[in-house]
Amino acid sequence: MSGKTLAEKIWDAHVVTKGVDGQPDLIYIDLHLVHEVTSPQAFDGLRQAGRPVRRPDLTIATEDHNTPTLDIDRPIKDPTSRVQIETLRANAAEFGVRLHSLGDVEQGIVHVMGPQLGLTMPGITVVCGDSHTSTHGAFGAIAFGIGTSEVEHVLATQTLPLKPFKTMAINVEGTLRPGVTAKDIILAVIAKIGTGGGQGYVLEYRGSAIRALSMEGRMTICNMSIEAGARAGLVAPDQTTFDYVQGRPHAPQGEDWDAAVEYWRTLPTDDDAVFDAEVHIDADELEPFVTWGTNPGQGVSLSESVPNPSDFDDPNERAAAERALEYMDLAPGTKLKEIPVDAVFMGSCTNSRIEDLRAFASIIKGQKKADGVRVMVVPGSARVRLEAEAEGLDKIIEAFGAEWRFAGCSMCLGMNPDQLAPGERCASTSNRNFEGRQGKGGRTHLVSPLVAAATAIRGTLSSPWDLEHTNAEGR
Amino acid sequence: MEKFTTVTGTAVPFERSNVDTDQIIPAVFLKRVTKTGYDDALFHNWRQDPEFVLNDPAYAGATVLFAGPDFGTGSSREHAVWALRDYGFKAVFAPRFADIFRGNAGKQGLLAGVIEEPEIERIWARIKAEPGVVATVDLEARTVRVGELELGFEIDDYTRWRLLEGFDDIGLTLREEAAITAFEARRESWRPTTLPAR
Repeated sequence: MSGKTLAEKIWDAHVVTKGVDGQPDLIYIDLHLVHEVTSPQAFDGLRQAGRPVRRPDLTIATEDHNTPTLDIDRPIKDPTSRVQIETLRANAAEFGVRLHSLGDVEQGIVHVMGPQLGLTMPGITVVCGDSHTSTHGAFGAIAFGIGTSEVEHVLATQTLPLKPFKTMAINVEGTLRPGVTAKDIILAVIAKIGTGGGQGYVLEYRGSAIRALSMEGRMTICNMSIEAGARAGLVAPDQTTFDYVQGRPHAPQGEDWDAAVEYWRTLPTDDDAVFDAEVHIDADELEPFVTWGTNPGQGVSLSESVPNPSDFDDPNERAAAERALEYMDLAPGTKLKEIPVDAVFMGSCTNSRIEDLRAFASIIKGQKKADGVRVMVVPGSARVRLEAEAEGLDKIIEAFGAEWRFAGCSMCLGMNPDQLAPGERCASTSNRNFEGRQGKGGRTHLVSPLVAAATAIRGTLSSPWDLEHTNAEGR
Repeated sequence: MEKFTTVTGTAVPFERSNVDTDQIIPAVFLKRVTKTGYDDALFHNWRQDPEFVLNDPAYAGATVLFAGPDFGTGSSREHAVWALRDYGFKAVFAPRFADIFRGNAGKQGLLAGVIEEPEIERIWARIKAEPGVVATVDLEARTVRVGELELGFEIDDYTRWRLLEGFDDIGLTLREEAAITAFEARRESWRPTTLPAR
């Protein structure tokens, strides 16, 4: 009998009842993260059925999608945003769920909050009504996004009926060059396997380039698993993981810590385990990456040009490329580095942690932003904001001419006032370049924090390799 | 949930791939706290274009959508399913669906059936030859008929059974409450708890 993969080991440890005759397994959920957008109808469902939250002690909420990033001490101006936030506050109070509200030090993007509190750890199952829950897989956890009906299901039962996933290994071997980061790895993976390539799979990121990444880098990669169609992506826990978790507020302590680490060391995929599919990426060859279209699979190296739709063999891909270039107002053959931007957004659950802010600041330090480019920097949580300020990063950002904001999802999806105007073009460290994602008619190019910084300096899509003064760092 | 057996209604050729949930319902409509009334939000940005397929009077009142591959990608928002349902759609067919979207559809009684790409293209051609033609979906038999064209579709047995019976998932799971309680008694003490706050 062959061994088991990391994902299979975690799955097996969470089976409450095994499905027979094509029925799903009932899987126990260790941690349920909640935010204001996908929860109101779920709490309403509980109320109508007279059901309690089964495990408030495994549930935690924050406010992130709608929250303003300016004037956070004033009432939220948009009445529908305000109602949604107030609804979460009322529901949390009624059902006994812990909530970190705007103004609280732990408030922030739900996928930044879980890890910073030490709630996210190896070997657990994590769900949230948000597709970027895959972020938490960086710790060696099975973590995935769910819809509102499933949010209600987990609130009521702390379980979900689920069919087993297939497993796919994403092997990234080699060493990244300076200026090339985790974001470039995942954009290259998505361009390679496509936005549907991971459907039905859990992705396991493996290989020397993944082992060399920090936890922040691993979170960036797992975060965008969903952009490759996979509900979850994970990385085997190792010393880097343990060092990150240890000492955080909710990390295990004393004997519990020792027992946990002993178990966590058994989790990595067995040598004789077999994946249902394998993909190989050469880290040595990777360059800074950027998207040119309106889905995250439409990306190339920044040194290349906008592709010609006629280069695509598949008729659906060709039609999608034609539509994308029309929406993006780009001509085939244009050098990507000659494309000017109106805005740079540094933030989102993909790239808003302290290490991301440090990487961004390392490039812009002592520089001035390009004229006419609006640069917005939004930390992932109130705590990240405080950490950055303690290190003086806010001063570097403001001296550069960028806006230093309060924490939240912000311009990643523009549910709050942070939006692109129609026709505006943005280099964004977020995760989705869909039509209108950052504001109706807005045009998004997905990039790493280093590329965002270099672009903000030059005013056209650029990497640290294009800068005279470069001291590019960052993994 | 209402039982799903057969549906007959106007078919729409939705000739696009990678229809993400931001297109199905833009984020600005996610601020509501209700579960119904999203029909105006469906494909809101695309509907501003008079040429958009749902603006064609031939497809008024449509209930069956035939789309290109990778339908429902991106955000987990179940609002995408609510918007399709509130607009009147009962069934969506595509060569591939995003996993979360397909799951959400099943929970809300919206049938998400898989039909291979060449067959979807045949259906598109058939509908365009006679805009307004009716499709008949038979979930029991796993077939869809458009005019004289009859094809099979794929849907997993469990989702099909739940749709046919109109079962509520939470009710089904709570039959296993004793097993859940027993599982909880075995959980290791190192696993995280959110309360009390530390």
